[in-house]
Amino acid sequence: MTLTDWTVVLPVALALGGTALCAVFWWRPVIQSAIGIVITLLMLVSAGVLVCTVATEGPQTMAMSGWPGPFGIVFAVDLLGAGLAFVTALVGLLILIYNFGDQSSDYRRVGYTPLLLAMLAGVSGAFLTGDIFNLYVWFEVLIIGSFGLLILGGKKAQLDGAIKYATLNLLATTFFLIATGLLYGLTGTLNMADLASKVAAVDNRALVNVVAALYLLAFGMKAAAFPLFFWLPASYHTPKPGVSAVFAGLLTKVGVYALYRVFTLIFPASDTIFADLLIWIAGATILAGGLGAIAQTDIRRLVAFTVVGGIGYMLVGLALQSPLALTGGLFYIFHSMLISTALFLAVGIAGRLGGSYDIAKLGGLYRARPAFAMMFLVVLFAVAGVPPFSGFWPKVVLVQASLAADAPWLAGVILVGGFLTLVAVARAFAAAFWDNGEEEPPRATHYGDRVGALMLPTLVIIGLSVLMGLAAEPVVQLAGQAAAGLSDPSAYIEAVLGGSE
Amino acid sequence: MNSLILRTVVPLLVSIMLVFSIFVLLRGHSLPGGGFIGGLIAASSLALYMIASGSQAVRKALVLHPMSIGGLGLLFAVFSGVPSYFSDVPYLTGLWYEPEFFHISLIATPVLFDLGVYLVVVGSITAIALALEEWH
Repeated sequence: MTLTDWTVVLPVALALGGTALCAVFWWRPVIQSAIGIVITLLMLVSAGVLVCTVATEGPQTMAMSGWPGPFGIVFAVDLLGAGLAFVTALVGLLILIYNFGDQSSDYRRVGYTPLLLAMLAGVSGAFLTGDIFNLYVWFEVLIIGSFGLLILGGKKAQLDGAIKYATLNLLATTFFLIATGLLYGLTGTLNMADLASKVAAVDNRALVNVVAALYLLAFGMKAAAFPLFFWLPASYHTPKPGVSAVFAGLLTKVGVYALYRVFTLIFPASDTIFADLLIWIAGATILAGGLGAIAQTDIRRLVAFTVVGGIGYMLVGLALQSPLALTGGLFYIFHSMLISTALFLAVGIAGRLGGSYDIAKLGGLYRARPAFAMMFLVVLFAVAGVPPFSGFWPKVVLVQASLAADAPWLAGVILVGGFLTLVAVARAFAAAFWDNGEEEPPRATHYGDRVGALMLPTLVIIGLSVLMGLAAEPVVQLAGQAAAGLSDPSAYIEAVLGGSE
Repeated sequence: MNSLILRTVVPLLVSIMLVFSIFVLLRGHSLPGGGFIGGLIAASSLALYMIASGSQAVRKALVLHPMSIGGLGLLFAVFSGVPSYFSDVPYLTGLWYEPEFFHISLIATPVLFDLGVYLVVVGSITAIALALEEWH
């Protein structure tokens, strides 16, 4: 057990330790932010080492307390889990830097950093664990953290959004728990690698399908897939931008990750009746996101709908299940985690400058802040998937995969969805940045003292997006390697069950 | 609550309950009990003290902010996995060290973990109780 082996568990242990340290310094928000930045930096390093190890040596595991799988709780990390944990740490770090810059915000409130770190612990734990009940526990951890973050500040609109968010999420976790109970009753195991073979051997296929349907419902709700996405635009715009950005970047993707894991490893969609259903859900989610975005007048709700649309593209990859489609879907997950974060941060800055989030009231920002307007435009292009940004290539791969799977209508939906997003964001940009606004209201066009910290996260993400777009080859290769691990999970199963003897 | 009987009895009760909570915490090593139950007993003794003498008395008695106590507990729990690194075993593996008292080694990672759970429960439950008491 070298330190490299320990990177399997380090991101979670570090985040939990950071939460604890922040709680010890409960009334010292400045110390808490410092702890947060150090902890997320360490998480980033350990997750980075983990990605390198997994990419070269294959899936890594660690059996907690030395109780081997399938009996104990095993952390099992393949390339997908490691990559997601890495991006999680990166998003956490960037959010904390942004918060340092945004002095008007609630982040200086006690409780922000510990809740954020607790949420990061839950998200990383969900990505790294190899046990389905443990996955449920990490879901609970991240939900508790997110509840706290959502109502921090205690405004009426926040409580209203939090109730919608909490109700649907509690419902989803309950379905998750019921499904897991049924699955345990059917197979007698909770280890995901062990479940892969045990579920395939169950005779009662009808009950297996019921369990799979419950998982689809639970994770679909979490991921904000059609038709269960209404809670997302209803709640994500209520908290401060630093909170909505981390929600948009990480939380729905945990649901998507769980769908990818469960419907490739435990219930391969090709074996069940859900492959067709998933394709329809994916298509409907793309269109619902695009159409919803066009209809909005609040810029925060608009970008929340683009997040919903993005979920659709990821589900296309899962629904088609071909290695090509999975590659596209995984690439899109990584792209979307980064860009959704940048988008919400940029919207937050725009709201600060314009003093409102209403598209009609913003107006004239281009004249006041041309450099920021250009940055915002770049983020919007990246979201819409315009080359050379990172959103372009996964869509190309997904269109290719749809055509290869003999589903030209799905390719059409992907293109129409991209077009709708482009129209929505172009309209928002034209109204918020070029128009003169209603009657030149007095604006707080100041960034505050810490412009650098305010802008840096968005600029870093734009840089990464351009890099991923221009040098797409290595990213596609990595996503392809992760996709191969999903379509043929034998290496993963071997690492969990074979390595424990 | 301003009751002479309660105020007279409570200090005695609180001290007995606190000792009992530590007994339950340590007993959990091999018998039913442990950090969670022990923590609840300790937190209820503090709640009783709060009912008798008010929230300020509890805050004064605790010295640290209740959330800090909970944080320390979580920190203990996280760190109880660290010695396994030096023994070359997976995270959180139970390790027992010399010397032993009555055939039980008190210097052990499971004890540290349980102590962490105890403090988390004491800290968080007391913080909630104090917040409810001080709500206006």
